[in-house]
Amino acid sequence: MKISKEKFGQSFDALAAEYQVIAPVRDAGGVSYKAVKKFSEVKQDYLNSKLPPKSFFFPQHEKLLSYKKEGKDVTVKNELNVEKTILFGIRPCDAKGFLLLDKVFKNDQYRDPYYFERRDNTIVIGVACHKIAPTCFCSSLGLSPASSAGSDIFLIDLGDSYQIEAISDNGKFLMAGLEGLEELSTEEQTLVDTIKSAETTSKVDVSTITTKLDKMFDNPYWDTLHEKCLSCNACSFSCPTCHCFDISEEVLKNEGSRVRTWDGCMAPLFTLHGSGHNPRDQKKSRWRQRMLHKFNYFVHNNGDIACVGCGRCIKNCPVNLDIRQTIDGVNKAELVVD
Amino acid sequence: MTSIIDDIRKTARQLLTEEKVDVVIGYEKGSLPLKATPCFVRSPQDVDKLIWDETCENNLAAFVVKTPGKKAIIAKGCDSRALMVLIQENQIVRDDLYIIGVSCQGVIDQRKIEAETGEIIGATITDGKISVQGIECDKVFNFTEVKDITCQTCRYPNPVLEDVHIGGSIEVLQQATLFADVMVMENKSDSERKAYFKEQMGKCIRCYACRNVCPMCYCQECFVDCNSPKWLTGGVDSAENLLFQTGRALHLAGRCVECGACSRACPQGVDIRALSRKVNKDVKEMYNHESGLTEEVKPALNVYSADDPEAFLVKE
Repeated sequence: MKISKEKFGQSFDALAAEYQVIAPVRDAGGVSYKAVKKFSEVKQDYLNSKLPPKSFFFPQHEKLLSYKKEGKDVTVKNELNVEKTILFGIRPCDAKGFLLLDKVFKNDQYRDPYYFERRDNTIVIGVACHKIAPTCFCSSLGLSPASSAGSDIFLIDLGDSYQIEAISDNGKFLMAGLEGLEELSTEEQTLVDTIKSAETTSKVDVSTITTKLDKMFDNPYWDTLHEKCLSCNACSFSCPTCHCFDISEEVLKNEGSRVRTWDGCMAPLFTLHGSGHNPRDQKKSRWRQRMLHKFNYFVHNNGDIACVGCGRCIKNCPVNLDIRQTIDGVNKAELVVD
Repeated sequence: MTSIIDDIRKTARQLLTEEKVDVVIGYEKGSLPLKATPCFVRSPQDVDKLIWDETCENNLAAFVVKTPGKKAIIAKGCDSRALMVLIQENQIVRDDLYIIGVSCQGVIDQRKIEAETGEIIGATITDGKISVQGIECDKVFNFTEVKDITCQTCRYPNPVLEDVHIGGSIEVLQQATLFADVMVMENKSDSERKAYFKEQMGKCIRCYACRNVCPMCYCQECFVDCNSPKWLTGGVDSAENLLFQTGRALHLAGRCVECGACSRACPQGVDIRALSRKVNKDVKEMYNHESGLTEEVKPALNVYSADDPEAFLVKE
């Protein structure tokens, strides 16, 4: 089905009265996801946002609860506030990122209420990529610039209209309320097929990386890989799947709050124990952890590689430590036989 | 006539062959167009991967403290100033260091290019012209148009400390007014400045790329990482971010060598230099000090004298 952008825009503006709508906009830092009220505010022609949209479910710094002590009385307040939200214009890599984060924040023993209260109250509208950046390599990770995994509704931009498809029940529910749906013409169908068959030009081979890494914990490959790494968190903080966090207390006199803050495995502080011991005090072990977590542990625990090929870590690394080369390096590394 | 890079490689090869150093810290071609990446060459066979051009944007002095053994380093003017401060502050042993000095024309600011061409797909540099194939359009730039803002006002393109100099030297640009950019900021109203910094600091994601890329930020424990006492929260609002950025700028007072690596490293494009430039101007005006120029003159705030005429000095 398709819908003209004019009709879609009208429905979008109407929904913005009912939902908090987050969409890509141009700002001082490039393209970011921000709250909008009108479809006309939305940036249509963009590669991807500078930072991944994971922060809408998993904010960089969030109050879990706050407390206050007065005399012998302690009051505790739950700080979770959730609004019904539509996330519009999410790219396929980031939508897949949400599916991976879901696996982290929910398993058979635990469901993280902070993440899932937001997640369950959000409808994700994905939009296929028209332009592909030289750092994009999603096609190597089971995705494509037009894959709909993780979206509730998926759009393909056809110029004056969108090809529109409901992917989930939530998507079907929202799409049922849309007016002006039409059938695609033969030419439009051809255009859709072309966009759907597009692939990223940059590729990596991850076909055997998980089993190879099973045997690489003590491999000399790690000895030099990390050398130029600065141990900053530019890669982790711009990754749609990195999810490590720290919980701390921010207290002033008799009141305070318990906060959850993004953390990243590249920083030495990440694994520093209270005793002063640090099991990953060297960059070598931190880089090994990054690779093993994404391409081995996560696969064993959750069945998927924890990289979606968005390329943000490549673009943002101040020393050009390129994860594609690191993957190649693992593929080429000689296994050490005991 | 041999080119600069041939001489750099020749010197590096000789140093490694004669085992005068264990490692040469230089640049090699990166994985992205117009991007060089730091490299550590340990074998004479590998010296040919070394490159030298307008894409060599990192300050390699940042790697010296943590690289063990005897090392050679390829140093631009700003890198050499950073090495000078590190020596003054007893962070490196001079005898373990061999400085291959190269005069620097300045480095490219990719953001200026991408603002016009979109993401860079491919690029070549020939005779000061940069031909860029971008995702939005192709364009040829003159190097001077896309030179990093730091390099535009650089007064020390020639190394101030070196064991060998490769290539010629570069004529220092004469500037009618030093710190003209800071004066523009100083002349703004309080509310304009506040709005500017609020916007800039609002972009910071506290990844600490700026701090970690800085050769002068070598504290064992940075004040932002200290949790007892906790100087600032993990909050990423403009107020907390400003506290981090101003704290860092003040720690660099009289030590910042104006390489601009912090601003180039920032994934969010925060104007970090705006703070450090102001501090540098103040240090120049109050102490007539510029960091890392000679071994004898220590960083302005690292010295004290019992004869200090200022009233703040407590005397018995």
